[in-house]
Amino acid sequence: MAIEVRIPTILRQYTGGAKIVEGAGDSIADLLTNLDASYAGLRARLVTEDGGLHRFVNVYVNDEDVRFLGALDAKVKDGDTVTILPAVAGGSGR
Amino acid sequence: MLTIGRDIIDAIVAHARRDHPDEACGVVAGPIGSDTPARHVPMDNAERSSTFYRFDSMEQLRVWREMDDRDEEPVVIYHSHTATEAYPSRTDSSLAGEPKAHYLLVSTRDPSTEEIRSFRIVDGTVTEEPVQIVDASVDPTAVTTYMFGQSPATVDYECSAGH
Repeated sequence: MAIEVRIPTILRQYTGGAKIVEGAGDSIADLLTNLDASYAGLRARLVTEDGGLHRFVNVYVNDEDVRFLGALDAKVKDGDTVTILPAVAGGSGR
Repeated sequence: MLTIGRDIIDAIVAHARRDHPDEACGVVAGPIGSDTPARHVPMDNAERSSTFYRFDSMEQLRVWREMDDRDEEPVVIYHSHTATEAYPSRTDSSLAGEPKAHYLLVSTRDPSTEEIRSFRIVDGTVTEEPVQIVDASVDPTAVTTYMFGQSPATVDYECSAGH
């Protein structure tokens, strides 16, 4: 068993075009480090330089937004599905 | 070019007017690879702001899964600007995360003018594209008959061919 990770179009350049990849770890942070070993560059698109989850990326464990589960500390286990989606945001600004 | 039905454009503009002075946002889903916007999905602006929008993350997950199940993709991603032109702001271009989508902008700054423009945004680079609005309530065969039978261009062609 592993953790299934669903990759959005814009990040498939790091997964050789794959829409679904598999990884391992006890938390989202572990999982992203694990994935980065196979898919170099992916983690840097999701995690900021100071170690937080990038503001305009949504990461879900099964049906929950990880922001409500402790963000990068959110727990994951084999059999879970992690979905990554780019936030859809913008606006005229000031 | 973005080709889109009049009924969908009307629904998007109505949504933008309804939410004014907040920015409105949503998607139009269509079959993967078809480049055809078919199913209008108005989304909540989680920011409820006149200068910023963001899809609610849980609603986005639900809608994106639904598209997956139906073999659809977001063909159009739209939002409104309420006081400025329908052109992507720096925020819009830097946050655009769907390189295959048409980014449709509606301005509601003038209540009597329909202001719609469409763009591709790839790696932060904005490229405007024409919008062709198709009115499904007009029989295309009738239009074709009219054009070929009655238009001056066709008549001219026949005259010169005859000589």
